Amino acid sequence: MTKVKSLADLKKMKETLQTKIDIREKGDASESLVQIKVAMATCGIASGAKAVMEFLMEELDKRGIQAVVTQTGCMGYCYAEPTIEVKLPGKEPVIFGYVDNKKADDIIEKYIKNGELVDGIIPTNFESIDNK
Amino acid sequence: MHLLVCGGTGCRASSSDAIVESLKSELAANGLENDVQVIMTGCFGFCEKGPIVKVLPDNTFYTQVKPEDAAEIVREHVVKGRKVARLLYTDPAKNEHVSDSKHMGFYRKQIRIALRNCGFINPENIDEYIARDGYQAIGKAITEMDPQQTIDIIKKSGLRGRGGGGFPTGLKWEIASKNKADQKYVVCNADEGDPGAFMDRSILEGDPHSVIEAMSICGYCIGASKGLVYIRAEYPLAIKRLKVAIDQAREYGLLGNNILGSNFSFDIELRYGAGAFVCGEETALIHSMEGLRGEPTVKPPFPAESGYLGKPTNVNNVETFANVPVIILKGADWYSSIGTEKSKGTKVFALAGKINNVGLIEVPMGITLREVIFEIGGGIKNGKKFKAVQTGGPSGGCLTEKHLDTPIDFDNLIAAGSMMGSGGMIVMDEDDCMVAVAKFYLDFTVEESCGKCSPCRIGNKRLYETLEKITKGEGTMEDLDRLRNLSQVIKDTALCGLGQTSPNPVLSTLDNFYHEYLAHVNDRKCPAGQCKSLMQYVIDPEACVGCTACARNCPVNAISGERKKPHEIDTAICIKCGACIEKCKFNAISIQ
Repeated sequence: MTKVKSLADLKKMKETLQTKIDIREKGDASESLVQIKVAMATCGIASGAKAVMEFLMEELDKRGIQAVVTQTGCMGYCYAEPTIEVKLPGKEPVIFGYVDNKKADDIIEKYIKNGELVDGIIPTNFESIDNK
Repeated sequence: MHLLVCGGTGCRASSSDAIVESLKSELAANGLENDVQVIMTGCFGFCEKGPIVKVLPDNTFYTQVKPEDAAEIVREHVVKGRKVARLLYTDPAKNEHVSDSKHMGFYRKQIRIALRNCGFINPENIDEYIARDGYQAIGKAITEMDPQQTIDIIKKSGLRGRGGGGFPTGLKWEIASKNKADQKYVVCNADEGDPGAFMDRSILEGDPHSVIEAMSICGYCIGASKGLVYIRAEYPLAIKRLKVAIDQAREYGLLGNNILGSNFSFDIELRYGAGAFVCGEETALIHSMEGLRGEPTVKPPFPAESGYLGKPTNVNNVETFANVPVIILKGADWYSSIGTEKSKGTKVFALAGKINNVGLIEVPMGITLREVIFEIGGGIKNGKKFKAVQTGGPSGGCLTEKHLDTPIDFDNLIAAGSMMGSGGMIVMDEDDCMVAVAKFYLDFTVEESCGKCSPCRIGNKRLYETLEKITKGEGTMEDLDRLRNLSQVIKDTALCGLGQTSPNPVLSTLDNFYHEYLAHVNDRKCPAGQCKSLMQYVIDPEACVGCTACARNCPVNAISGERKKPHEIDTAICIKCGACIEKCKFNAISIQ
């Protein structure tokens, strides 16, 4: 691993990483992947997020859907754990709560394959600092 | 097109199930059932104006929808594309309809600064943090500013310590920076101990790099090259993610020698705590890190003068640190534009207890308890009545209905008889007995007292015993006076923050719920029906049909009576387990 030697280096690195993540998020025809984030803080894991994450990875692979499944921290909706955020290419991310394997299966079949929403969406209720 | 119907507990109670049904049947009547989907969602956090129906993709936000409105929504909005104006949310300030939910002030109630990356990035991947401006703040500080300029930004921002005390962070750094020594230390206090609090754990689990970066900024400011995170061993996931993050930062050279080509060097190590509450107090924390007993010592000398291994040490809490990089990048003016006059920025709260949306929230200072509990929190579980909210953990107090519209900040909460604390917020409903709540917290402090000073070691024990006596129905009016006097003495004479604040739950419940204490003492009754010793199970002879179900299920054979004749409970034998009430099909048994 190369070391970051100066602030200029770090800024350059940020740009490349940002574009990489942008491509991953916004996607063009060839690289449009489904992005899934699983809330994996203690609260999520205690409610079974790990099993759901494994299920998602295995099933998406089996069903031939190209997707990136990553872990993230607490989204704040502890009452609705496990929670996952699904971002389809070119669309706003959607958060689903109370996701067990059955719900995850529903999300793959209905939302990811056909863009049909399923019950249990958690509406975003905060502002981020990006637009402040 | 999607119609989202709020399925939060509040909206469900006001018939959102029926709304879903009527929307579906209206759509079917118009032959649209395959084109438009009706979806039930989690809580929109706007329960005051529920039930909510949101239309996607145009973000139309309908409030206080009734099942009868379904026909109009389908006919007008879905078929003809015309919004139903009378159901749109009206902005109370401008008295205008708001058609797009993105313009609703409500969604500005939460602003995520400390939690900016939490639930957004992968905490085990430094690249994702860097892509979100990570380590730019330390870069900016060491290449463009000198330590004093950096401290000045933090001072000007108005950031105050988020661990509970609310001491100005910039000032703390300045004091540590002025003390001369060959070695100084930056300590992150991750010894989160309040019952029901999980803010710091969530930040470390979700965004460990923000804390690492802020600690190095602090190191640069005060002239320290070593950082220590004191974290409780009960947080294994936070520890794991922090370790991964430290390793990654070292690999990138963002921790270590000559960071970003400068002559500033900084590295971080972890120290584990064994879960003693008193070790959240900074002097006790430092002793614990030194391998000594986790006991506090008298201040002064403050850690800024003589802390870890006798060297100048700056201790800040996790959430305080998490705010720092953003302040450096966005500036002091931006940060101080959020919040109230004396409390700037936001505060993370862990909402818990009898509330619908248990979770982690971050709100600007100055928001009211009502907004937090009834809007963001979705109100009280099972439609029960709100009774009190406990803030500040065992050092805080209970706030009641009359405080609901008080803006939350450091000074207002103290004036109301509680404190900000680290951010635990436990909501209680009509079923909670406030004497028992005070007893619960005293039980905690008695357990956690280190025993060094007698007011805390002996005084709290006596407070606990008196409360126990009252909950057993053996209390006297003199006991109530003694509680108050003893509390005052402990507050005035205990050595550290733990003891000085431990009587707060007693004092605040005495102030706000004196009538409940009186009911326990004078009437020998617990109004909330919580204190077992004061309860009596009674069979109503009129309602009892003599089915013997209760008698057969009583584990101590306290119930007697002939078949088909009213039964009786022998209160001297009854252990008040409640088994009989569960089995009675005729509602003949009640608690008195």
